[in-house]
Amino acid sequence: MSGIPHEPYEPKSRLEKWIESRLPVLGLLHTTLFIPTPRNLNWMWIWGIVLTFCLAMQIATGIVLVMHYTPNTSLAFASVEHIMRDVNGGWALRYVHANGASLFFLAVYCHIFRGIYYGSYKEPREITWIVGMLIYLCMMATAFMGYVLPWGQMSFWGATVITGLFSAIPLIGLDIQTWLLGGPAVDNPTLTRFFSLHYLLPFVIAGLVIVHIWAFHTTGNNNPTGVPVRTGTPKEVDADTLPFWPYFVIKDLFALVFILVVFAAIVGFMPNFLGHPDNYIEADALKTPAHIVPEWYFLPFYAMLRAITFDILWINSKLAGVLTMFGSIAVLLFLPWLDTSRVRSGRYRPMFKVWFWILVVDFVMLTWCGSQPPEQPFVIMSQLGTLYWFAFFLVVLPILGIVEKPLAPPASIEADFREHYGTGEDAMARAAMSNPAE
Amino acid sequence: MTHVEQPSGTRRDFLFVATGAAGGVATAAAVWPLINQMNPSADVQALASIQVDVSAVEEGSQLTVKFLGKPVFVRHRSAEEISSAKDVDIDTLPDTLARNPNLAADAPATDENRAMPGAEQWLVMIGVCTHLGCVPLGEAGIYNGWFCPCHGSTYDTSGRIRSGPAPENLHIPVVTFTSETVLQLGASA
Amino acid sequence: MTKTTIFAAIAALMLGATPLIAQEHEAESSPGASPEDTHSGGHVTDFGFSFEGPFGRFDQAQLQRGLQVYSEVCSACHGLKFLPYRELAEHGGPAMSEEQMIAFAAMHDVTDAATGETRPATPSDHFAPSNDPNAPDLSLMAKARAGFHGPVGLGFNQLLHGIGGPEYIASLLHGYTGEEKTEAGATLYDNPIFSAGWISMPPPLSDGAVTYADGTEATVEQMAQDVAAFLMWTAEPKMMARKAVGLTAVLFLIILTVLLYFTNKKIWAPHKGSGKHA
Repeated sequence: MSGIPHEPYEPKSRLEKWIESRLPVLGLLHTTLFIPTPRNLNWMWIWGIVLTFCLAMQIATGIVLVMHYTPNTSLAFASVEHIMRDVNGGWALRYVHANGASLFFLAVYCHIFRGIYYGSYKEPREITWIVGMLIYLCMMATAFMGYVLPWGQMSFWGATVITGLFSAIPLIGLDIQTWLLGGPAVDNPTLTRFFSLHYLLPFVIAGLVIVHIWAFHTTGNNNPTGVPVRTGTPKEVDADTLPFWPYFVIKDLFALVFILVVFAAIVGFMPNFLGHPDNYIEADALKTPAHIVPEWYFLPFYAMLRAITFDILWINSKLAGVLTMFGSIAVLLFLPWLDTSRVRSGRYRPMFKVWFWILVVDFVMLTWCGSQPPEQPFVIMSQLGTLYWFAFFLVVLPILGIVEKPLAPPASIEADFREHYGTGEDAMARAAMSNPAE
Repeated sequence: MTHVEQPSGTRRDFLFVATGAAGGVATAAAVWPLINQMNPSADVQALASIQVDVSAVEEGSQLTVKFLGKPVFVRHRSAEEISSAKDVDIDTLPDTLARNPNLAADAPATDENRAMPGAEQWLVMIGVCTHLGCVPLGEAGIYNGWFCPCHGSTYDTSGRIRSGPAPENLHIPVVTFTSETVLQLGASA
Repeated sequence: MTKTTIFAAIAALMLGATPLIAQEHEAESSPGASPEDTHSGGHVTDFGFSFEGPFGRFDQAQLQRGLQVYSEVCSACHGLKFLPYRELAEHGGPAMSEEQMIAFAAMHDVTDAATGETRPATPSDHFAPSNDPNAPDLSLMAKARAGFHGPVGLGFNQLLHGIGGPEYIASLLHGYTGEEKTEAGATLYDNPIFSAGWISMPPPLSDGAVTYADGTEATVEQMAQDVAAFLMWTAEPKMMARKAVGLTAVLFLIILTVLLYFTNKKIWAPHKGSGKHA
């Protein structure tokens, strides 16, 4: 693969040469591990390792949970209780898996908003961005289906509501819904196919993650200045970058372990805080819960779905809500082409910064609205929030690139790093000069 | 790694070693539950020992219970069955060992070493033929003990192999009487 | 200037929405008052259970009293189908002796799954399911209800006081006002804790309904709290293990974080500011 120029891998020992000549996997690992990474990455660049860890953790706990889970409507709920009560450490595996999904989404939202702020979606990283969006879509499908598996009240009724949305599609909607459900309503066929797909999709995600990494290794990482790494001479590359191992592996691990302290505290002391008590009640097709609420990470989109309480032209409000909900994610896919700014990083875009932070507040507000009953004032707040979401991507960003007066980004990454941290080498060189005996 | 020479055994080295070690411990602690969850769960472990009330088992009849996934024969023997079991020269048996884990491994296959101590009318055996694992039929075969229909192994009224391809006497499980009428199969928790 | 205008606009919108929010919902907890679940004006009391908090522990005597209340009062209608009898002898729960647990199990009859005959229960059997189809199973009731909400869906009450399942149960059992009404041939009992305000379960507890083996006075409030604590245990028998492992994990990960912090600092030092080296 191309990318930032770096020393090519040379196999040294006989074993290394034997492997490398048959399958260049050692070189691949070496290149990946030591890839030149911009020096000035800040703490918003740690989310990638958190996400990779979460994927591995969810797959590991998921595979062992499946050893004890039964995907049948009459046994599923009881099998989860069997895991919680009888399986060795089963309570820990279940709580880690359930809360791990929340950590996964918290990390992905931080990761995505980082990308929006620093212009990581802009040329030449459009493919990285699109693959990222595909990963996000797969994550949402995986989480949605996973939540159905315990077969509690929220599992059942959440599935009923969301699969019910498909019937809004004109002409073929009902057929699609029946096809998804495997019958007229959510029942055993739905459970078993969700189980199969819930097991499958994480491996699809893993493949997409490899492509995602391949893509941003080809272009090189973005960095807080948005200024590219100077690739003219090896000296410039060295001045702008540091090898991924050990500098960023250790930095990422530190951040990851810190986050795991909080995660362990939540799993150990409040594992049901983010969940819904109704999911500890077995699913009952004849009894709808008072308030059907998805897990927190779906709430902003749930709010947008319910915000459309009126028909739009010939489109009925239910279909309009569905289109709005999917549209709100689709609009992210087109982001690289909606933003007209020549300057990449939000750090040097004073007007963009304001609108960006309003977007963040908007996202949090929509999350809150999604958790509340569909009454005033949450309806009007959801509507305004949805309007702003679309306006940001479809109106503000295209216009901003033209009217904004950006600040001047620094000349190089090296200059930016030196401004923030000084450079140890200068100080060391001075120290060496004053102590020639050393 | 870094570009500075350092004398061996510096504080920095210790930090790296300590961090690496702590990281290793954390990883091991995280991996262990993933492995341990495959060990028998609490409900399976609970069935590692069961209690059986034998007060309803009449003389000359047998109760079969499932224990550790296998059938266990609990036979209330008649005086005739007991005397014909005792009236055997151990040295002529194909398998001279008692196969009773409640005794020493080399205990000989006397009827006393096979039946319940102090209650010789009770014979408790794992009902799995020691040839290839079929369940033998009771009150069958020329000794009126057990007969395995699969390949013709014949056991006497003490469950010892007398003829046929089975190499060993029917095994006795870990078993004791916890009261006059209650057997405990398996060790107590 | 644009920045200021925009922030002012958002602030105005938020402030404008607040009175609307306040109108829609009854006043939630005021500072200093105990947290309230104001469905139907009911008040879930924040009982201080011994198992609350990171260092909480089940009170073995309370769990035994709660088991007594369940067995003598609730089990007439309500099941406990996810709980095996053997769990009663486990560490951290009511911790009966092995013999007591076996005898307790044998007092109940079960239908053998393999033979179809009725026989006394063994330790591996589960408690019976509900006799009454209208009486929900209680195994998970303490996790299936939230006693505390809000304020306005922000979750702070639950963060500070817990989800409040056992508090809800205890408050409900204690919350009957004594009023009754008949509707469509069914009798309903006034209980403001219950979401619909009128519950079809008649008040199950009355003072002295149970004579506690340990001599504690069996007031309704006492029995309500004891059975609620017992039901928290049936919902989560592994709570003690969870908190212990959680504490160990948190402490160890803090140590690892500190080690990684210094490792990171050391590695980066030659490239940053002062360039200190060992």
